[in-house]
Amino acid sequence: MRAIEILGLEKVYQVGFWRKRPKRALYPLHLSIEQGEIFGFLGPNGAGKTTTLKMLMGLVFPTGGTARILDMELDDPRMKAQIGFLPEQPYFYDYLTARELLRYYGQLSGMESRQLGPRVNAVLEQVGLKDAANVQLRKFSKGMLQRAGIAQAILHDPKVVFLDEPMSGLDPMGRREVRNLIEQLKGDGKTVFFSTHILSDAEALCDRVAILNQGTLRGVGAVQELTAGIQALVEIVWAGNSVPTALTTMGAGCRIAGDTVRTVLPSAQQDSAIEALRREQLRLISVTPVRLSLEDYFMAQLAEDEREVVAAGQAKAAR
Amino acid sequence: MSSRIFHIAANTFREAVRDRVLYNLVAFALLLTGTAILVGQISIQIERLVVINLGLTALTLFGVVIAIFIGIGLVSKEIEKRTLYTVLSRPVARWEFIAGKFFGLSGTLVVNTVGMAAGVFAAMLYISRQLHGPDAWVLVAIYFIVLQFLITTALALFFSSFSSPLLSAVFTFCLFVAGSFSEDLRGFVGLSHGAQHWLAIVAVYAIPNFSALNVINQVAHGNGVPGQLIFWNTAYVLIYTLAVLSGAILIFEHRNLK
Repeated sequence: MRAIEILGLEKVYQVGFWRKRPKRALYPLHLSIEQGEIFGFLGPNGAGKTTTLKMLMGLVFPTGGTARILDMELDDPRMKAQIGFLPEQPYFYDYLTARELLRYYGQLSGMESRQLGPRVNAVLEQVGLKDAANVQLRKFSKGMLQRAGIAQAILHDPKVVFLDEPMSGLDPMGRREVRNLIEQLKGDGKTVFFSTHILSDAEALCDRVAILNQGTLRGVGAVQELTAGIQALVEIVWAGNSVPTALTTMGAGCRIAGDTVRTVLPSAQQDSAIEALRREQLRLISVTPVRLSLEDYFMAQLAEDEREVVAAGQAKAAR
Repeated sequence: MSSRIFHIAANTFREAVRDRVLYNLVAFALLLTGTAILVGQISIQIERLVVINLGLTALTLFGVVIAIFIGIGLVSKEIEKRTLYTVLSRPVARWEFIAGKFFGLSGTLVVNTVGMAAGVFAAMLYISRQLHGPDAWVLVAIYFIVLQFLITTALALFFSSFSSPLLSAVFTFCLFVAGSFSEDLRGFVGLSHGAQHWLAIVAVYAIPNFSALNVINQVAHGNGVPGQLIFWNTAYVLIYTLAVLSGAILIFEHRNLK
């Protein structure tokens, strides 16, 4: 049984007041997430991440397609008892204390009252809010609210946890704590599906990621798999402050700093570049493969999308 | 009632208490004390009439204002602040949420009314030095006022399930005012002809009949309220409230929470 199975989920909103016109937020999306995985859902703002999460939570109704969580339909109350959700920039009933908030959510999740007290205490301790348990949420900082949000998402010991931008607005310490919590959830065998645009977090945490842009899925896989697919680069550094003409014709951008010059090139051009340096009798200092990050893959996908948009615009203009 | 509805209702009540909604009781108590002292000095024989009329009218207005201004925010505030997301992502059906909110605010209004009713009886006691048998009919008038609150709360919830808070307040208030003059509208049905006649009939059935729920003047004069009226008013309010709440649920069930 898969933790999450998204089968062609799509969403078109009708926008405008008088003359409604369709605005597509998500093209048919197909995704499968295994149990126990930490799955990152990445994309720039407006990519369709939150819309997807809201459809999975039953807050927004899909225009087409369907999805199953733990092999149950999205409107199945049994499924909802087994998932936890942290919305983006959460805001809670600020007249409640952290303890009252968790008790309320526990009651709504159908937890028994005798197990609720100890569980609330344990979760408050787990997210570092034990000392603020009896403080009203209106006195909480943003980071504390985020922790309260995570606490309510994991309170009822769900099998699948959905986190929408869990690191958003947190300081480095807070981000580290949330990271540790997510790792802890994985250690407990939970499936974590989280959306983010902070790529370093996704790279550090996720077993697999999906990249979404303009409502379209641009890639799914382990970070290493995705980055392996893009052009490898090498960094070449040499002594002096001159740039061989051959390197300029290759289109390499060179940066002179003191008595060294640095350039980054596709690895396919590495031999020609070294040959050009030798011909000019320049002393080679280093040749280092550039480690490709998720950010590089992400930016490559966005650039590709932009090229497609420009090409489509030109084709339309030509017609 | 499912336990989830109870918990949502209890939380709505707690919110009203913590947001100091019940502080209006202080204003009401001051108003009644001032009135009782003033009336005791300037009126002869009609002190009781004035105190009951003014007390129950003020009780109605205080309650309706609370029903409208809290009612319109019950759903829209939860959407705007996104607190609804963490509720509906749990095993809570949308109709349970609406029902819980309705019972929570109704409970708040009942507690508020009990406090204000105690104030009215205290003022009556101050004026007359003792309570008489016909004073018990004041309780029926207060019961009818609570029934008006139930309809007003349901209407505020209904409008807030699809409209902005400001428009919801305007719509609910307009219906409250129109409903308070529904007897006149019924009279108009007999006088009108053609399309106007049919429109008036539709309006009579659509607009809540608050006129029938207003027996303040009657009980202020020491007259009783027929048992039949109590029964039919109760049945009418239950059916009307249920219909309005069903409408609110139907709209909310299909709403995208963007």
